Amino acid sequence: MKPEDFDLLSKLVRERSGLVLTPDKSYLLESRLMPVARKVGVKALDDLVVRLRGKADASLERLIVDAMTTNETLFFRDTKPFEQLRRLILPGFLERRAAKKHIRIWCAAASTGQEPYSLAMCIKEEADKLKGWRVEIVGTDINIEVIERAKAGVYSQFEVQRGLPIQMLVKYFKQIDGDKWQLGNEIREMVKYSEFNLLADMKPLGQFDIVFCRNVLIYFDQPTKSKVLDRIADQLAEDGTLYLGGAETVLGVTDRFEPVPGERGLYRPVKKK
Amino acid sequence: MKSCLIVDDSRVVRMVARKILVDLGFHTVEAEDGRKALDICLKTLPDAVLLDWNMPVMNGIEFLRELRKLEGGDQPKVVFCTTENDLAHIQEAMSAGADEYIMKPFDAEIIQSKFTQVGLI
Repeated sequence: MKPEDFDLLSKLVRERSGLVLTPDKSYLLESRLMPVARKVGVKALDDLVVRLRGKADASLERLIVDAMTTNETLFFRDTKPFEQLRRLILPGFLERRAAKKHIRIWCAAASTGQEPYSLAMCIKEEADKLKGWRVEIVGTDINIEVIERAKAGVYSQFEVQRGLPIQMLVKYFKQIDGDKWQLGNEIREMVKYSEFNLLADMKPLGQFDIVFCRNVLIYFDQPTKSKVLDRIADQLAEDGTLYLGGAETVLGVTDRFEPVPGERGLYRPVKKK
Repeated sequence: MKSCLIVDDSRVVRMVARKILVDLGFHTVEAEDGRKALDICLKTLPDAVLLDWNMPVMNGIEFLRELRKLEGGDQPKVVFCTTENDLAHIQEAMSAGADEYIMKPFDAEIIQSKFTQVGLI
């Protein structure tokens, strides 16, 4: 790929999504954008760039950003965060929100829905303790296409075998078209999806008690990470919890969060003095 | 080192599964049908069984029921690995005492995921 083409594409993706593509990732641009090229009827990436340089085409720009921001995910990814939720986080909120009986959870990079639905199944498994409670799960993603997939809740045989215990498959999914599985309404209805760019104003989303923002920040540069984390801090309850991915940290990025001692991946807001 | 008994009448499937399980740190033993697998279990119980459904002589579900009757036969973690990919078969396997269920085709990631689910990894 020509350096000037790489610059144009990476600038577009960065401005729209915050995703930073360094030149060593040009292979990623090529592999992700070839399907886009085919979709819009051109044969090569060079032709795609020519079209992009031509008259403004919002839908083409959208296709490019979407292709670059689609990230693979799986049910109960890393297992531990969900174990922490059931063992530590939920019991804490059950005590502290006993009067309000309302918890709001945000999955900030919901992708095709595996994380928010894993949370929904976790919550469902705790139904006895949550009688009379309202647990809202909000799933957002910058990519409208994955949001639509998430809403449908339909997964391939391969996808339902990665991370999802068989008991959960039997309990919460129905088999459709042989090798496709769809989550039942009771779980799908627990998650409200919307398109959202993490670089945008987060205030309209309201306040949350728990935020899952795992394996997203790794794609941002340092100033963007700081900005996103500070804005999440503004939307998180004082006693709230932030989940980050295993390779992510707040250290040196923001002073608004501190690690929860002994609990990898969990962060809490620093109390205002 | 944990042991895994691979039970499948296909030599190719056994070979693929063996490669994956050895890479995951398992010692593997193989059987081409349920009867031979049961004979192995009567001598030494493995930590895990990766089990096909349709096999000559004794099929997977019959083997599982016999295994669970053995002294200590409730200990091995049994993971079905079969082309029977409908809900009814899955439920039947779980009722018979299977711990996990893999719908073929499988790959290393799926085996690792399922073996992790049941605490073998």
